[in-house]
Amino acid sequence: MNPAPSVIVFTVLSGMGFGFLALLGLFGVQGWLGFFFWGTGFGLAVAGLVASTFHLGNPQRALRAFTQWRTSWLSREGWAAVITLGLLAPQALSDWLGLGWGRGFGIAGAVGCGVTVVCTGMIYAQLKTVPRWHHWTTPAVFLAFALAGGLILSGVRGLAVIALCLLGVLMAVQWFGGAGRFARAGVTMESATGLGRIGRVAVFEQPHTGGNYLMREMIFTVGRRHAERVRMIAMVSGGLLPVVALVFVPGVAGIGLAAVTHLLGAFAHRWLFFAEAEHVVGLYYGRR
Amino acid sequence: MTCLPPHTDKKLGLVIDLDTCVGCHACVTACKGWNDQGYGAPLSDQTPYGVEASGTFLNRVHSYAVQPDDLPAQTINFPRSCLHCEDAPCVTVCPTGASYKRAEDGIVLVNEEACIGCGLCAWACPYGAREMDLAAGVMKKCTLCVDRIYNEELPEEDRQPACVRTCPTGARHFGDLGDPESAVSRLVAEREGYALMPEMGTKPVNRYLPPRSKDRPEEASLLAPLLDIKAAGLAGWLDRVLGKLP
Repeated sequence: MNPAPSVIVFTVLSGMGFGFLALLGLFGVQGWLGFFFWGTGFGLAVAGLVASTFHLGNPQRALRAFTQWRTSWLSREGWAAVITLGLLAPQALSDWLGLGWGRGFGIAGAVGCGVTVVCTGMIYAQLKTVPRWHHWTTPAVFLAFALAGGLILSGVRGLAVIALCLLGVLMAVQWFGGAGRFARAGVTMESATGLGRIGRVAVFEQPHTGGNYLMREMIFTVGRRHAERVRMIAMVSGGLLPVVALVFVPGVAGIGLAAVTHLLGAFAHRWLFFAEAEHVVGLYYGRR
Repeated sequence: MTCLPPHTDKKLGLVIDLDTCVGCHACVTACKGWNDQGYGAPLSDQTPYGVEASGTFLNRVHSYAVQPDDLPAQTINFPRSCLHCEDAPCVTVCPTGASYKRAEDGIVLVNEEACIGCGLCAWACPYGAREMDLAAGVMKKCTLCVDRIYNEELPEEDRQPACVRTCPTGARHFGDLGDPESAVSRLVAEREGYALMPEMGTKPVNRYLPPRSKDRPEEASLLAPLLDIKAAGLAGWLDRVLGKLP
């Protein structure tokens, strides 16, 4: 699949933002430090959501995306994000100004953060047409990234290291399981064309000499060429380096270093998530 | 609404005969021509006369070489367009309700006024039936020429999809696949028509008629005994000597 920058920025930033917001909702940070923390969380989440609209052909109609929550994970994601941000706003206000409104909004908002990230993952995991994504590891890895990113930003070193280890394991499971999932889905050129009843199918001639939307959007082979390298970058930068920074670099510098390297690793992971995923429509073109 | 109708009164769709399709692309051209001027945004082209020519089409004709185990390979032309699935994943993923399946005849359509151009429906379709129009920023797909088939301004024989009307070999058939007595349903039963990628669980309405089995070559030629050419002269001598070597 074509790794569109807008969608990569959306999933990475809003994932980290909602992870951070969930922790702030549960535990809270008071005063001006709280203002800064809450601002960072809201900033990341909203920046991601805004980035996602750059992906649209007609963004002026984006509000219509709130209508189909009964069937559409994309619509549910929109609702979950807006409701979550709405729930957390009074909590942020209370924490910043010390209004003492309890943690009710925060706890509800934290649940909302989890739901939002799962919805984001389900937009991709629901697609049977992309076997690599059609698996529980897709929302699980999105959640693990949100949790790890949130804990790093919160500066809770011990828990952040545990979350990063969990993330590393889940990424490995996602990659190892994803490798053969297209083949295991049992979709072939023979079943796509139904000509397997006659014999082995190969492309004799393509239907058009130029490219088209389908090929640009769903047949992206560059990602697979560099998959091993990008996997290594995602694992080292997203998981290993933040752990090293958190364990060995004291103070704010350690947290900052961990956050920056983790974010870079998250971008690498997400780029590969899209770039190496194969869509079944490629079978009609004899490519994946 | 992107909820699928639990039942459609009719199941309008196409039956495509892979035995008679000659791969002339007339259906592609007729489709592009008709859908450039009527229903919804016109199908645009980007730099049509440039180096990187590209455009929106609702129908594409592939050509495959199919190699049986014990027979020569066959070339099979394979038109690919929307299959108007009963369990259409492109409809349910749509966040805006732009993508919908009609309860009365089962046609899957896009309300372009509501389409935000997110592209998720095209990702959800296993068949590559949907293409985003880069000029209009909305998703385009086969409408089964909904503006022809019910159009009483047109003469009766023209009230069928443009691709079907234009096909010079009669390889494309249009009708109600929900009615077992319809001409298309009988054709499917007779020729063992099949659905594409049934493992995707989309329950396509369109059917493909497989190519008829070809004559076996050894049974085909009455000249077969005469074609067993015996080598003479030096070649004949070599043939005999080499044949004796272990």
